[in-house]
Amino acid sequence: MTHAPALAVGDIFATLELAPVTRTQLALYAGASGDHNPIHIDMDFAHAAGEKDVFAQGMFVMASLSRLLTANVPLTALRSFGTRFLAMTHLGDRLTLTATVAELFEAEGEQRMRLDLAVRDQNGEQKLAGAAILALTSQNS
Amino acid sequence: MIDRSFIGHVFDPFTVEVEKGRIRFFARTIGETNPVFTDEEAAHAAGYASLPLPPTQLFCLEMDGPDPFLFFNRLGLDFARLLHGEQSFAYKRVVCAGERLTFTQKVADIYDKKNGALEFVLRETAVDDEAGRRVADLKSTLVIRNS
Repeated sequence: MTHAPALAVGDIFATLELAPVTRTQLALYAGASGDHNPIHIDMDFAHAAGEKDVFAQGMFVMASLSRLLTANVPLTALRSFGTRFLAMTHLGDRLTLTATVAELFEAEGEQRMRLDLAVRDQNGEQKLAGAAILALTSQNS
Repeated sequence: MIDRSFIGHVFDPFTVEVEKGRIRFFARTIGETNPVFTDEEAAHAAGYASLPLPPTQLFCLEMDGPDPFLFFNRLGLDFARLLHGEQSFAYKRVVCAGERLTFTQKVADIYDKKNGALEFVLRETAVDDEAGRRVADLKSTLVIRNS
């Protein structure tokens, strides 16, 4: 069973531009995620911690990035997903999410694809770098 | 400085129920547009027993234990100085609403850089289903800014 269209190394797998980050999104994400760390939702706490304002949860950005995967392959094809958080995402930032085909390989009896993942803001600053491994074919199907 | 004797410490496992409402709320919050995460009919049509868990929500369920911030409090991690450095998920299978998952957290390593200005905690979390089978392994790198 094939989960993704034929792609070659270097091809863009998917890309997505997000609306500017808002306080409402960060508050809702805190509630939805259960991560009530006040530095992302309470400006007073952020000020006391030496920050100019609240900033986005890294996991909110990673969750947004996951949409590139869930929009294009079934969850059953996802083998791994990881990111490094390189810079804070601030209110108003306009993020562009990109997944690029990095490698096609075989492992554990299935064809797999490694995607390089990147999140950049409106100035080109990279916020996240990551990778995902997808199964393209499975012995069981 | 974080007490290095925590290296290797394994916290008591805790069990969390995967709830449909939490999945829908999470999916809507992150702008997820695939209906399998919010519409049970779509989930069934895609072959899932119920709403499947979005890829990163396992990290959130890790904070749904009886004491959500136990890990942070036991190690003395201060939210004012805490940053998330890295996060990864290795998936064995898809988890759906209605399941009960057991989380076992381990302090895999604690180290510092820049003469202690930055400390790093590597947490490894094993997630198992009710049959005791592994569904995912999570790794989190937490960064503490000491200067």
